[in-house]
Amino acid sequence: MFDLDLWREIFQSISKNKLRSLLSGFTVSFAILLFTLLFGIANGLENTFNGFFKDDAQNSIFIRPGKTTKPHKGFKAGRKIQFKNEDYEYLKNDFGNKVQYITSRVYKNFMASYKNEKNTYSIRAVHPDHQYLEKTLVYEGRYISAKDLEEESKVVVIGRLVEEDLFMKTVALGKYINLGGIQYKVVGVYRDDGGDNEERMIYMPISTAQKIYGNNDYVDQINMTYNPAMSYNEALSFSKLLTKKLKERFDVAPKDQSAVRVRNMAEASKNVNQMTTVLSVLIIIIGMGTLIAGIVGIANIMIFVVKERTKELGIRKALGATPKSIVTMIMLESVLVTSLAGYFGLLVGMGLLELIGDSLKEYFITNPSVSTNLIVGATIILIIAGAIAGYVPAKRAASIKPIVALRDE
Amino acid sequence: MLEIKQLHKSYPIGDSSLHVLKGIDLSVKEGELVAIMGSSGSGKSTLLNIIGMLDEADEGSYVLDGVPIKNLNEKKAAVYRNKFLGFIFQSFNLINYKNAVENVSLPLYYQGLGRKERQEKALFHLGKVGLKDWAKHLPNELSGGQKQRVAIARALAAEPKLLLADEPTGALDTKTSYEIMDFIQELNDEGKTILIVTHEEDIANMCKRVVRLKDGVIMEDKFVNQVRAAQYV
Repeated sequence: MFDLDLWREIFQSISKNKLRSLLSGFTVSFAILLFTLLFGIANGLENTFNGFFKDDAQNSIFIRPGKTTKPHKGFKAGRKIQFKNEDYEYLKNDFGNKVQYITSRVYKNFMASYKNEKNTYSIRAVHPDHQYLEKTLVYEGRYISAKDLEEESKVVVIGRLVEEDLFMKTVALGKYINLGGIQYKVVGVYRDDGGDNEERMIYMPISTAQKIYGNNDYVDQINMTYNPAMSYNEALSFSKLLTKKLKERFDVAPKDQSAVRVRNMAEASKNVNQMTTVLSVLIIIIGMGTLIAGIVGIANIMIFVVKERTKELGIRKALGATPKSIVTMIMLESVLVTSLAGYFGLLVGMGLLELIGDSLKEYFITNPSVSTNLIVGATIILIIAGAIAGYVPAKRAASIKPIVALRDE
Repeated sequence: MLEIKQLHKSYPIGDSSLHVLKGIDLSVKEGELVAIMGSSGSGKSTLLNIIGMLDEADEGSYVLDGVPIKNLNEKKAAVYRNKFLGFIFQSFNLINYKNAVENVSLPLYYQGLGRKERQEKALFHLGKVGLKDWAKHLPNELSGGQKQRVAIARALAAEPKLLLADEPTGALDTKTSYEIMDFIQELNDEGKTILIVTHEEDIANMCKRVVRLKDGVIMEDKFVNQVRAAQYV
């Protein structure tokens, strides 16, 4: 039920008693401002930590060969382990659905040139699955395909910055670049959230690189992602199993740590996630504390407000105001002031976050902001808080006897 | 109009209690102008508060306009106050952030009247006390006499059966007091029933009947020859 007259009374009471309204509003605004800033900064910290893993899929496992450090089965220490295509096939086929995506990598470095522009770039010769592992976002053309591998096509997918450097802001797609004397057709251009270095890479089919540069089937590294349905513990035991199997495969001593290195991102990301969680809980506690302080503040001010209005309320009662109408009036006024002031604090807080957000990057705070859910939640908390803060003193005000209220000082 | 029988009231003070009203009998007919006199502590304010439903008696009966006033809860008391009574206070008790016409229309708001009707009635009553041109002024822009006239307009706005005035001239100088009394007499001439608590003889003599209280009992209750205030104005 909307009672226009009641709202008129309330608006008049608020606007004619500016200092009082301002005082009560300020407390709430300030509490909500701090609350918003804290949450924004917490989110910013979380964004930073998540950003560390943006580049790669979080369920990645990297497998690199090294040199043996212990003699085993008649082999001397110091033997170099070399992965080959058959190892890729073995990992791909022998572990069933535990492997989600898998790719080999061959690393090269070449002087790349187009017309008069030239520069040295890292080349990664890969399988098509590599796109998902690195979260490569192809925005023009396509990625390396299975057909490219089969036909050993001389095609490349270049990073955004490679296109910028070599093609001077003209379209690279469909043009040919020269890598160490051989012409490759650009079939795709990609972006990568992992930073500038990731966008200064050139991808080509692994079969092409193996054929042209050495005519062998050597592989420098094998990357995979495990099935995301696996739990953290399952993922860890999976990478242990991989290590064991590969060591057997290459006749490496079980205790040899450097011949086959299997790195599971789950371990790293779990530590960081734990830290972020602790941080978030801490900030939620501080934020809630601020909010509670604000509520206590507004309750105090409401008690003061009712005290100040005792005479007015006594007059109203003498003129026929029922206790209910007094309670309603004070409570609605309190709710209105808290909501408006809280909303104001929220807007200022969000504005501040927007304003200073970018300059906080060096303090590990990326893109600090608050979510819509939080805004709605905070608003509801405010309205409830305003109602509670208003109710107790309003109830007391309603029970004041008019003669007491009207007694001359 | 007003029938009070054997009214008692005491206030607790520590362990003992103070017996303020010790059996008051009072009957007021419609159209009377009664002064209730007494020194401080005589119980005159307590009596007025009970009549005004701002306080409740311990014993005795109180009938106002045929309605027995007893066992009132807060809400009922509020409704009765609004319907039956108009209050005029010594310190005017206007709401300081509301202008004259808003103050006058407040009892009408609690009667549940529409905004337009409230405005019209309030302006009409302000006109009656001669302050139509001051309708938009705040209380602190008005003189004491003007404030009391606004308060009277407010008391009249709800068209109550009974006007209760608690020392209405207590905060005013003599000249202004007589102006207010002149106005109260005019209202009484029109048929309003009015009760005035005062301790000033000259004000009491401007009423038609004087009731003297002492130590919680009525010492004297007599009709007097009314002195018209108009001759001093």
